[in-house]
Amino acid sequence: MLHNLFIAELAERLSKRQISSTELTRHFLDRIERLNPALNAFITLTAEGALQDAAAADLKLGKGERGPLLGIPLIHKDIFCTDGVRTSCGSRMLDNFVAPYDATVVTRLKAAGTVMLGKSNMDEFAMGSSNETSFYGPVRNPWDTSMVPGGSSGGSAAATAARFAPFATGTDTGGSIRQPAALTGVTGFKPTYGRVSRYGMIAFASSLDQAGVFARSAADAAAVLQVMAGFDPKDSTSVDVPVPDYPAALEAPLQGLKIGLLREFFEGLEARNASLIQDTLKVYRSLGAETVEVSLPSLPLSVPTYYVVAPAECSSNLSRFDGVRFGHRCQNPVDLMDLYKRSRGEGFGAEVKRRIMTGTYVLSAGYFDAYYLKAQKVRRLITDDFRAAFAKVDLVIGPTTPTPAFAIGAKVDDPVTMYLNDIYTIGANLAGLPGVSVPCGFVDELPVGLQLVGPHFAEAKLLNAAHQFQQATEWHKQAPGGYE
Amino acid sequence: MMNGWEVVIGLEIHAQLATRSKIFSGSATTYGAPPNTQANLVDLAYPGVLPVLNGAAVQMAVKFGLAIGARIASRSVFARKNYFYPDLPKGYQISQYELPVVARGSLNVMLDDGSVKTIGITRAHLEEDAGKSLHEGLANATGIDLNRAGTPLLEIVSEPDMRSAKEAVAYMKKIHTLVRYLEICDGNMQEGSFRCDANVSVRPKGREKFGTRAEIKNLNSFRFVEKAIQYEVARQVELLESGGTVVQETRLYDSDKDETRSMRSKEEANDYRYFPDPDLLPVEIDEPFIEQVRATLPELPDEKAARFARDFGLSGYDAGVLSASRELGAYFEAVVSILGASHAKLAANWVMGELSSVLNRDNVEIENSRVDPSQLTGLLRRITDETISGKIAKEVFESMWTEGKPADAIIEAKGLRQITDAGAIEAVIDGVIAANPKQLADYRAGKDKLFGFFVGQVMKATSGKANPAQLNELLKIKLGGAKDA
Repeated sequence: MLHNLFIAELAERLSKRQISSTELTRHFLDRIERLNPALNAFITLTAEGALQDAAAADLKLGKGERGPLLGIPLIHKDIFCTDGVRTSCGSRMLDNFVAPYDATVVTRLKAAGTVMLGKSNMDEFAMGSSNETSFYGPVRNPWDTSMVPGGSSGGSAAATAARFAPFATGTDTGGSIRQPAALTGVTGFKPTYGRVSRYGMIAFASSLDQAGVFARSAADAAAVLQVMAGFDPKDSTSVDVPVPDYPAALEAPLQGLKIGLLREFFEGLEARNASLIQDTLKVYRSLGAETVEVSLPSLPLSVPTYYVVAPAECSSNLSRFDGVRFGHRCQNPVDLMDLYKRSRGEGFGAEVKRRIMTGTYVLSAGYFDAYYLKAQKVRRLITDDFRAAFAKVDLVIGPTTPTPAFAIGAKVDDPVTMYLNDIYTIGANLAGLPGVSVPCGFVDELPVGLQLVGPHFAEAKLLNAAHQFQQATEWHKQAPGGYE
Repeated sequence: MMNGWEVVIGLEIHAQLATRSKIFSGSATTYGAPPNTQANLVDLAYPGVLPVLNGAAVQMAVKFGLAIGARIASRSVFARKNYFYPDLPKGYQISQYELPVVARGSLNVMLDDGSVKTIGITRAHLEEDAGKSLHEGLANATGIDLNRAGTPLLEIVSEPDMRSAKEAVAYMKKIHTLVRYLEICDGNMQEGSFRCDANVSVRPKGREKFGTRAEIKNLNSFRFVEKAIQYEVARQVELLESGGTVVQETRLYDSDKDETRSMRSKEEANDYRYFPDPDLLPVEIDEPFIEQVRATLPELPDEKAARFARDFGLSGYDAGVLSASRELGAYFEAVVSILGASHAKLAANWVMGELSSVLNRDNVEIENSRVDPSQLTGLLRRITDETISGKIAKEVFESMWTEGKPADAIIEAKGLRQITDAGAIEAVIDGVIAANPKQLADYRAGKDKLFGFFVGQVMKATSGKANPAQLNELLKIKLGGAKDA
């Protein structure tokens, strides 16, 4: 079936004109129409635009143009601004917001000839680990629709797992790509901070946000990252270092690769999850890699650190949503203060408000040093820990999440338990490191993710290690029942 | 009233930097465009947009820092100042807080009595301006114009070193001169390109501890700075002398009523929740960059004044006035270069006197003067070669200004050439003496003052054209000669 093919296979069929982009697009649109109602993975479907994109791609293919993503359908997380298409960020605040420009990620993927099927559901302003904070309702996990798909990029993850598109974009501020990838059994790649432009990506926490990709294999992720990555003069924090050839790096043998097993990631990990991770080490050793234990002593502080830094930045980033120029505006404001209070009060959901209040508090006079400054210092320690580890090993390895997917509603009233879901992923964001989650087995018939984290700009090495694992295993080829 | 009190003033001057585009976006900064035509998605703070620093603004800030002998920070950081206001689209202003680009400089300011005082400059930092709220012509609504949002500002913060409103004005004028010399700010105060906030407090003379200060916001003329400070000082002294206390607050100056009014107290002040802006990298400035900027520094006002005094023998005051703007200095130097340094004092008097007064009267900038340096030199030559007197020259100058003709043409056309023919002058003197026997008798009886009367009469009869030196000499002989007889 077309929807089970990997990107390279689809690109080959497109280039040989065995299928057209229009046929491929229709195939996915049909699947979405049929299967998405059970999942709620989309906020906006752009079927008409998709068919236009596909027709344009077919025209190019007909003229002999070729490209690894030419004519390939995709789904954008609804955090990326898309010119002329509603960009809601999962919030009532932007329910009426039609972006007047394309994010750089969107521009680059458009230029590569991709076909946008729609905008995926997400936690409101990317704040959440279960996709339950979305104004558009929760996304359901295709492996078990009573379960969450993870968040915040839950829609992109579920859509990729359900084979609604060969790949989808996502953003990862504290694990928002890797965690839902783990919970839905797909490959989720978060690049180094600064590797992919943040321009046009609605900011949650600017120093942590990074765009990445969901796909069904590391090889597919490599092909997509190749297009997304690169310096952007519109983003001062994007880094001007050359982009290596990611697909070309995939086949390098892992002989001699040093993999560090993160001791802190196994403390408190459920035994069945831990044993799946141990199994992956065997695979890596069989591929010639060497595994050693490493420790990041400051890592247990990553969750509290994150929940100071991220809310602080978000409290400021979200100030622009004031009902004055765009987005939700309350009815009949009596004065300016009323306009602000009601527009924001009505436009934002509970979790966003919680984080704005937390962030405002930690930046306030008298608390700044104790919270924000202290968190910055701990962030430094965590970064230093990783640096020290990478002096000894090439990559570090561990579980992506403490548990597989949990039930919808199970943690929604307990924010701290919810926050702890990101305990293994947040460190990479605080240190700005690239990370990937790949499927490595099942617990209670729910997928489990293996996480690899590398030094800054080690994307090629990470993709190589993930790809070699997938060459040796079949976990990434498993499809949820009903979506095969 | 001020007896026993010392005034303490510090200024925060906002100079709009003369960059072509905004500090964090590519929008133009031209003044006066229709509302919101110079505001792009970045200025409007659309979701997802990011700021990119304009390098020209950094260069200008460094230029200023070098001109005041300040330390240029090798690493400075942009921070967010968070507050809600409709003309602040992001809900925060990007500014510099803990690590400004320029720190610890100073400036010498000449006071009215000719003495020079050094004013410390704590820091100068880069920030973006906000937009404007418009209320006029909008029924029950407020318009927002974001053309100005994101315009680069250099905020120059002084030490509390000034001790009177006049000192504050002298300092502000000096900064005004400097930023225009450096060509980093057009200095246009009507358009808001140069404005200041004044921190004012008073304390009993001799006491070290500062009094509680009030901050007067947004003063956009030198006169308002002086009047607002004077009012505020009087208010504080009166308050303290009547047993009250000054509260720390922000006040606004109302120029119509000439008073300051409370805007908000310290308790009502915003907690701006400053933190480093994660969208912008720290600004790293290295030595080669600083040297590159240093190479672009022009001769600074103090250097120019010292040179004028040294090379042209001008007084400190004259040299100061003539170097107060680059254009004025250039005009003066152009005149001296043609006329010769030996006549520099004459040139200085004319540039500072007649020329400046007509420029002021007709509101013309010196670079657009209808009498250019070579034309003025043409006139001054006729004074030095005694073709006309200084008094006649003023008349000729007025005609040059209105008719746009060279001095010689006017002198010829109006027959203003000085009478230097001794015989002709003597004839007029004889006539005047003959017509005024009474005054002649009084003069000879010892009323020396009447000499002036005779000079006046002869000048009147010659339409002022008699050579004054010759006239004096001949008149003395004629009046005295008769006395002898």
